Amino acid sequence: MMSVQDQWLYDQTLPSDLDVGHAAIEELMTALGSAGWEGMDVFRIQMAIEEAVVNAIEHGNKRDPEKWIRLVFEVTPTKATLTIMDQGEGFDHRNVADPTTEELLEKPRGRGVMLMRELMNEAIFNEAGNQVTLVKIRSVEIPE
Amino acid sequence: MSTYRRITITEVDDVSVIRFVDKKIVDSGSIEQLGEELNALVMVDKRSKVLLNFDNVEFMSSAALNKLISLNNKVKAANGRLKLCNLRAEIKEVFTITKLDRVFDLRKSEVDAISAFKL
Repeated sequence: MMSVQDQWLYDQTLPSDLDVGHAAIEELMTALGSAGWEGMDVFRIQMAIEEAVVNAIEHGNKRDPEKWIRLVFEVTPTKATLTIMDQGEGFDHRNVADPTTEELLEKPRGRGVMLMRELMNEAIFNEAGNQVTLVKIRSVEIPE
Repeated sequence: MSTYRRITITEVDDVSVIRFVDKKIVDSGSIEQLGEELNALVMVDKRSKVLLNFDNVEFMSSAALNKLISLNNKVKAANGRLKLCNLRAEIKEVFTITKLDRVFDLRKSEVDAISAFKL
């Protein structure tokens, strides 16, 4: 049996570049594997972190090369805590339109925040709306 | 006939069966290209029965999901029909959460989807 890593910590300040952001996500995915995470949980975390990082770079920092994002990750075998910060103006996270309503359901946008909230146990935004902490508690998966 | 790099096309009966080249549909440049190619299926090649087979797809971001919604809107506007099949449980969950399972016709297998086009 492979050894399971007890705790992985990551704290990096990175430029507003999607390739750099995706490389950081790949590091996170590798760390989750090393900590014994698998299946649906790994997919859910990848989906949520992808939304958060792309939002931070594209909507938060508007791809401004002068602005940075900061990623702080903590992964243990049972819990993943992921904080994503940007230097943008933030947004009103309390008033995000529900993308599942009749009038928005077929619009090709606006699902990122909902997916983060639904796929993770917690998605906590700061007051300004330029920082989010995503928390996932590992599920007990029933083998098929 | 358009050139396709992010998808492959096979014809089964009169249905265009589309498969994705990328296992992980996440890179923003590839997603933009994918969107253009999906649009070309309907707008340039005038295909009216389109089946997206996800058997190769392990992950897709919501940016990729948005391209599927745009495709669906174009197919509907052209009075065509779009179906999706072979979605992994993880991806199907995303459709359920977002209620897009009400917008798209999701089928278990390619055979099942092809027969549904004949109904």
